[in-house]
Amino acid sequence: MKKLESTLPNMILSLGIITVIAGALLGWMYSITKEPIEQQAQAQQQAAIAEVAPKFDNDPEAEKWETEIGGLPFTVYPARENGKLVGAAVKGETMNGFAGEIVVMCGFEADGTVKDYRVLRQAETPGLGTKMEMWFRDPAGARSVIGKNPDATSFYVTKDAGGEIDGITAATISSRAFLETLRNAFQAYKDFEKNQGK
Amino acid sequence: MKNYWKTLYNGIVPGNPVFVLLLGMCATLGTTSSAYNGLMMGVATAAVLVCSNVVISLIKNLVPDKVRIPAFIVVIASFVTVLQLVVNAWLPSLNASLGIFIPLIVVNCILLGRAEAFASKNGIFDSFLDGLGTGLGFTFALVLLGGVREILGTGMIFGAKIFPEDYGMLLFVLAPGAFIALGYLIAIVNKIRKTC
Amino acid sequence: MNKLTISLSPHIHSGGSISRCMWNVVIAMMPALAVAIWTFGLPALQVTLISVAACLATEWAVTRYMFHRPCTLANGSALITGILLAFNLPSILPWWMVIIGAIVAIGIGKMSFGGLGCNIWNPALVGRVFLLISFPAAMTTWPSGVQSAFDGATGSSQQANASTGATLLTHLNGGDTSMADYNFLDMAIGNMNGSLGEVGGIAILIGLAYLLLTRTVTWHIPVSMLGSAALFSWAFGGNPLLDLFAGGLLLGAVFMATDYVTSPMTRSGQLLFGFMIGFITIIIRRFGAYPEGVSFAILLMNSFVPLINKYMRPSVFGEKERRSLS
Repeated sequence: MKKLESTLPNMILSLGIITVIAGALLGWMYSITKEPIEQQAQAQQQAAIAEVAPKFDNDPEAEKWETEIGGLPFTVYPARENGKLVGAAVKGETMNGFAGEIVVMCGFEADGTVKDYRVLRQAETPGLGTKMEMWFRDPAGARSVIGKNPDATSFYVTKDAGGEIDGITAATISSRAFLETLRNAFQAYKDFEKNQGK
Repeated sequence: MKNYWKTLYNGIVPGNPVFVLLLGMCATLGTTSSAYNGLMMGVATAAVLVCSNVVISLIKNLVPDKVRIPAFIVVIASFVTVLQLVVNAWLPSLNASLGIFIPLIVVNCILLGRAEAFASKNGIFDSFLDGLGTGLGFTFALVLLGGVREILGTGMIFGAKIFPEDYGMLLFVLAPGAFIALGYLIAIVNKIRKTC
Repeated sequence: MNKLTISLSPHIHSGGSISRCMWNVVIAMMPALAVAIWTFGLPALQVTLISVAACLATEWAVTRYMFHRPCTLANGSALITGILLAFNLPSILPWWMVIIGAIVAIGIGKMSFGGLGCNIWNPALVGRVFLLISFPAAMTTWPSGVQSAFDGATGSSQQANASTGATLLTHLNGGDTSMADYNFLDMAIGNMNGSLGEVGGIAILIGLAYLLLTRTVTWHIPVSMLGSAALFSWAFGGNPLLDLFAGGLLLGAVFMATDYVTSPMTRSGQLLFGFMIGFITIIIRRFGAYPEGVSFAILLMNSFVPLINKYMRPSVFGEKERRSLS
């Protein structure tokens, strides 16, 4: 077959056909992947909530309560068993990480004791700030935040005055940002409790 | 038969896109923090490369010369978007580790380079082999670089521990390590190619 | 008009040579080494010996088996790199990290570019920064037993960090401004924490005096670097003397920025070079993530040396207008 000449109609026609075919292909792909993508995002969220919150039998996502602390969005997913509030998972974030944004899902017992946490998104320095997922659950020294209540324990790094949590060695900025998120998440949970009480 | 073998082989060793042509450096340096990431990036790029090479070879006579570059880009971009949707839908962990680098395959010069230099001038089967060979060469280079960086940086290879992580040189996981490791790998490959 | 005298041979040789310069630098480093050993004890000597041995071994191996050139150990440059690298390390660094640093310094920092005279960056600093980024925890862990110049001022945080002593700069960078009580005399004679070579301020200045007297280096780089660091320290509301004596600023200004290979050739270029290093150092100390910025500042300005040499080239004798740069 001979190659098409570079005349204007030829060019328009050829590019037009290619774009239409490509567009159709993409549209079709989009339609079949749309549902799985949404499911993935939701499944991830649900898995994170189930991992950090106390055992529950309600649908925390349906009852979610949104607030704002320091200009950043915090979402409280209340966990109930037999209609009674047993705690919550709080999704919170900070912009003060070494590489900006850190998103944490933190689970609280009914009285505000930290049950567990998951770092959902971070871009900290590999090998330093990235240790936060494991570090703050390590029972060694005063590293762990699990089982501690921000009301009773000062959620600041020991380097700062009055702090009672050991920061990650050589990653103080990441540690501060992480603890700040936890403090704010705790605040969000308290606000939520107050609102519910009314 | 011999020619087919040569077409395939060309992309892997004599015309290796990373070590010899120095193409696609953004993806090469950005995604090779571990051997697994390098492998996945290589496979993803190879998949797009094979598809786009075949399609471009198929439509080469329907595309007038003056608009060939935009036409090729549309083809490549479509395949990349398809790939991204698929990864998003069914391979969320891969999406998390490669992130922005999947859409960036579009601007990987290997794709347009092979389209322009090979697929637009050769038959479908040859183009398929060329895409496969170049893709394999790219994957090989990325796995090698990712493996070197992972071992030196964290003491692991494909996530399996070789020595304790405390002995790993963090620099190799970070950006400067990519440049240093790539430089030395290219030097070694050049040395080997010269002596062969 | 007799501006340039050209005489016939024989000429008298001044006796100057690469190795003589290098040995002068080695002698100039001895007081600082002595202070380091006095402050940190035998581990300091151990780190220095390991670093020197590893540097010499790497240089020998590369020249012998990769370059196939005659041995260059006698010119003393690898010895200097070894001592300088050790000066930039904490005394309690594990021995294998010291060896990695030495291999990187000589192998990557110097030999990759073709050996002495071809390297862009100061080899010892390449080794140090490589270690700092690779092993951030170990490289910022200082021995805790050393009586530091600021014990009184920060007793509480010393207790909290009982296992990891901190340097003065860690406190400054951490926003700790209660440094009014630091003992300046202790800092000057080496009674403080930090890397091996940076603790003895006075000893480094003695080394500088020796280098100047033997005309091994000129005053331009050290003076402009220290001057600009003091100036910007004052401009950003710091204490200039504190900034000068804390951390590796003196060490960098005297022994590392003045490295012949990686500093500009002309006097005006050297002044600009030193000025920019001082400026960048203070910027990193005040606003950066790392408490210390001297090594990064020197490496950054090393990269600009070819450009400085090109822009600040003296006009050729007899030429009326400066040549265009192209």
